[in-house]
Amino acid sequence: MQQSNPRRKIFDVCVIGSGAGGGTAAKVLTEGGLSVVMLEAGPRLHPETDFKEHVWPYELAHRGAGVGARARFQLNDEFMAPNGFWDIEGEPYTTAPGSTFRWFRSRIEGGRTNHWGRIALRFGEADFRAHSRDGMGHDWPITYDQLAPFYDKVESYIGVFGSKDNIPNAPDGVFLPPPRPRCTETIIKKACDHLNITCIPSRMAILTKPLNGRPACHYCAQCGRGCISASNFSSSQVMIPVAQATGRFTLIANAMAREIVVGKDGKAEAVSYIDKSTRSENRVYAKAFVVAASACETARLLLNSRSPSFPDGVANSSGVVGRYLTDSVGSDLAGYFPQLEKMPAHNHDGVGGMHMYMPWWRFGKKNDFLRGYHIEFGGGRDMPGVGGFDGVCAENEGYGVGLKQKCRSSYGTFIGFSGRGEMIPNDKSYCELDPNVIDQWGIPVLRFHWQWGENEIRMAEDMQDTFRSIVEAAGGTVRGGTRRHSHAGNISTGGEIIHEVGTVRMGNDPKTSALNKNCQAHDVKNLFVADAAPFVSNPDKNPTLSIMALSWRTSEYLLDQAKKGEL
Amino acid sequence: MGAALGSVLRAIPLQAAEYAHSIIEAENADDKAGGYAPRFFTPHQFGTLQLLCETIFPADADSGGAKEAGAPEFIDLITSENSDFQLKLGGGIMWLDSTCADRYGSPYLECTHEQQKEILDSIAYRRNAARDKSLSQGVEFFSLLRSLTSDGFFTSKIGIKYLGYIGNSFLTHFPGCPPVPGV
Repeated sequence: MQQSNPRRKIFDVCVIGSGAGGGTAAKVLTEGGLSVVMLEAGPRLHPETDFKEHVWPYELAHRGAGVGARARFQLNDEFMAPNGFWDIEGEPYTTAPGSTFRWFRSRIEGGRTNHWGRIALRFGEADFRAHSRDGMGHDWPITYDQLAPFYDKVESYIGVFGSKDNIPNAPDGVFLPPPRPRCTETIIKKACDHLNITCIPSRMAILTKPLNGRPACHYCAQCGRGCISASNFSSSQVMIPVAQATGRFTLIANAMAREIVVGKDGKAEAVSYIDKSTRSENRVYAKAFVVAASACETARLLLNSRSPSFPDGVANSSGVVGRYLTDSVGSDLAGYFPQLEKMPAHNHDGVGGMHMYMPWWRFGKKNDFLRGYHIEFGGGRDMPGVGGFDGVCAENEGYGVGLKQKCRSSYGTFIGFSGRGEMIPNDKSYCELDPNVIDQWGIPVLRFHWQWGENEIRMAEDMQDTFRSIVEAAGGTVRGGTRRHSHAGNISTGGEIIHEVGTVRMGNDPKTSALNKNCQAHDVKNLFVADAAPFVSNPDKNPTLSIMALSWRTSEYLLDQAKKGEL
Repeated sequence: MGAALGSVLRAIPLQAAEYAHSIIEAENADDKAGGYAPRFFTPHQFGTLQLLCETIFPADADSGGAKEAGAPEFIDLITSENSDFQLKLGGGIMWLDSTCADRYGSPYLECTHEQQKEILDSIAYRRNAARDKSLSQGVEFFSLLRSLTSDGFFTSKIGIKYLGYIGNSFLTHFPGCPPVPGV
């Protein structure tokens, strides 16, 4: 019997997933003195060979378009840091009839933090008690004040720039100084001032000063390619190395978690995983488990962990696992700004992303919809890349010196706007196990059900109206959406914004939630969740910073329990 | 910028830079040896492709053209890996040749300059296909070729210089928007 094997290694904690949540847990737990084994479904990351920072497009035969120019039609281009895919060969997911959902998954050490936009926004006080304010959705079992000290810890450690602006429900944090605005941002800020739309320095996990041994940003605008100097945040470069340095950390790469095994005492005792390199089944044992595989992958693992005591999946006696799935409401529009044609050539790069943004500026006012959104924007004289002149070519047509000159005069004159808003959970948006489909590892896959609510559709329309008014106030003309949305109308496809949250939600009532206020399973005391699955709502603020703050809080609770001998 | 470069490079592992340049050299080595042997297009088609690319973005007083920028080689490479492009571009060049043969009695490359201009002027605009349905396949072909030529030209060294992009560098601080009247 396996239980009696005296040579079996039992770790203090097994963390599943190496992204924002898993990386934070590994750091806090190992530094707290516990031994941690981490399962990552993809390979290790090697920044010095995997990143293509500072490479010019003409230095690659494919110019950044990738083999067969396939990258031209995807989120990834050839320069991107290893991150993830909309489709993974051999690992399908399905959608229910009538539903459309896109799921971006990573299979790499560091997960989606290798590519994320580094936008690091705190949730606000009102976000934790949204139901009390407007009657929709549900309240969190914790308040902003309970999470705030952990936001402080995360920001102090990873480094976030921003400015203290005292915006209602968009709390200030521990900030490094923000970078100066680019010309595009100066123009839009002026228009926003005119329209009474708040436009302030953005809040991004990029160092504008050296911090904790990492050098400051060198302003090449290539964060998405991965940063060799680790001047932006990724779990792979900022969390995992410090865990490793404790000597109490083991990372098992290419390990696809299949099932959490519950012992006779009702506690989780092992994770069964597939070693992808050998296609063999293995087990790793621990005293506690932190699942941080990303919201939907975490739900899938719990649902697949079926046993006589948990016929519907471990920690799922409530039946909520997979439910309350939300993504951000997305909508985009671009404008052409003639004054940018006169701009002399200059270095416009800056950090990899926006230097300014618009937090929700109508908080507490009467609107046509509930909750709110923020606006991200960017454009201007970026490094030229494949696909960058499709629009100008399609609009002007023709050929010859005239077209060539038109491309040059219009280069750097476009600014794209992206709204990111809060979706209220609904009964028609959830994931479950597909009864008929398995992946190449033999693991049942997820089937998605998706429907935007009326509130989200109205919010996306409002975004479009706002974008138009900003473009016009800034002296520009509207030039259509910045991205192709497969969903009809102005709203993004579910999952497309890559802010999936809520599938293993926390709460005080074990009948309506899977986790308690410490992200500990109501049903299984040594099982925790540390990604965005515990989120009770999905405020407009991008989830990554809150994933880390919540994971840090959960990990400190777990440490405390371990010290008390409760595990 | 030189001083800034030196100070930041110290923070960047040398092997990273070496690796990036070694893969680049390996990728480029294939194409630099002798004359270019097209991967997908026949020599005749590749010659047509070169002329079309150069006609779309020609050399002028300010810069070289799409041919010097390596756009034909780039398009040949991605077409050799993409069956959809093979159909649209391989088929497109054959459409162009047979249309020229019908109209002028010879394939595109052997047509007079005036004939070449006439056929391109007819397939370079969508509105022409609305008037004359026999042109619609040619318009589709030319539209894709124009986009891919813009990729090839504007991602080249001379194309990037032509646009005036400045960056991809190491700065110790970011100066922000330069003082420009009206901004």
